[in-house]
Amino acid sequence: MTKIDTSRPETVLPTPSHTVGPFYGHALPFPGGGDIAPVGHPDTIALQGYVLDGAGDPLPDAFVELWGPDPDGNVPQVDGSMRRDPASGGFLGRNGVEFTGWGRVQTDANGHWTARTLRPGARGRNAPYLSVCVFARGLLVHLHTRIYLPGDEAALAADPLLSQVEEARRGTLIAEDRGDGTYRFDIRLQGEGETVFLEFR
Amino acid sequence: MTLTQADIDQEIAAQHAAYEKRIADGAPVEHQPRRDYAPYRSSLLRHPKQPPVSIDVSKDPEVVELSSPAFGERDITEIDNDLTRQHHGEPIGERITVSGRLLDRDGRPIRGQLVEIWQANSAGRYAHQREQHDAPLDPNFTGVGRTLTDDDGHYHFTTIQPGPYPWRQHLNAWRPAHIHFSLFGTAFTQRLVTQMYFPSDPLFPYDPIIQSVTDDAARQRLVATYDHNLSVPEFSMGYVWDIVLDGPHATWIEEGR
Ligand SMILES: [Fe+3]
Repeated sequence: MTKIDTSRPETVLPTPSHTVGPFYGHALPFPGGGDIAPVGHPDTIALQGYVLDGAGDPLPDAFVELWGPDPDGNVPQVDGSMRRDPASGGFLGRNGVEFTGWGRVQTDANGHWTARTLRPGARGRNAPYLSVCVFARGLLVHLHTRIYLPGDEAALAADPLLSQVEEARRGTLIAEDRGDGTYRFDIRLQGEGETVFLEFR
Repeated sequence: MTLTQADIDQEIAAQHAAYEKRIADGAPVEHQPRRDYAPYRSSLLRHPKQPPVSIDVSKDPEVVELSSPAFGERDITEIDNDLTRQHHGEPIGERITVSGRLLDRDGRPIRGQLVEIWQANSAGRYAHQREQHDAPLDPNFTGVGRTLTDDDGHYHFTTIQPGPYPWRQHLNAWRPAHIHFSLFGTAFTQRLVTQMYFPSDPLFPYDPIIQSVTDDAARQRLVATYDHNLSVPEFSMGYVWDIVLDGPHATWIEEGR
């Protein structure tokens, strides 16, 4: 029964997850999905990476969502990520001024994705990071991970999540600095160098 | 050797029996599928083998994942939730209306959040480049919808009953008719992508994707309920499908909205 009686808490049980499947490409991605940073913002960073499977092969049919705070560590509550044109019904895209903090990018035929956003600020005891959600055909439940930026070793060492991850795997959560505000972050779903994925409770 | 439906049936039965045994041995109910579910072959190389690292959000209200991106009226157009009005002509097929509420684990409505859907047309064909199924495209149907939940957490779509489609994982593999849903909660931890099915579909037992939810009651929660009171006279069949988002969330965020 999928009509839920909220006066009976025992019937309020989670809806199971399902794979996104292969045919979301005309539905979920939108123009400018990875252009999260306002135009010309000095704190812009560029991110890129591959999504790889257990055989080391890139996934041409995955997408990632990025979600992060502004450079001051404030979480935006601004809509307009997929702004629409009421006349044509098409996508206008972001207005280039406001920062929504959220973006969605699909991998290309080579399993590669790119995005531009603002350098996240720290919140509480946490080192600055972007929250990441990975979806793909074959993934029955999406995967959460984080992109930490290298540089501030003290902040990274004090981070509550990083400090509970074994040394050998910590690096999978930290992007590689490629200079000029560009970073590389690969996501390995399985096997050698498997990315650390997260569960929230 | 060609992989047959009988091979997949056996694997599905074995997975189900293994789950029943875990439950009998006192293991907790599994509301979610396991990421490594062999009868769905695409999961084999795409599931992590290491256990996830757990984050207790009650210990840290500052984690970014306790908040969620915002969507608003700018992000949708007025007819985005009516998939039958997006082209000049009427799409072919049985018109349906699908509605329900988006709730959190405490049964509270999730307001003003984005609901996205996509689906095949009435012939079982997606309007997607990679789709090779030899069934007609409908020039009047794209099969993509979006809406925002209202103050009671309600969403509402008008669309066309999707057809089942073959998918080549094994010989004679067919997907039961379904609508894909993408949902946001008040926290990014509640993010959900799933599929809604229609009552009494004869393909359920054969489909490793719906069977990946091995708990019988949980699997039933993916099936919409036909509601005659929601059928619109002279217009559409009505289905109701309430959605409950899993994952912890922060009540203090919602109160400030
Ligand atoms: Fe599908």
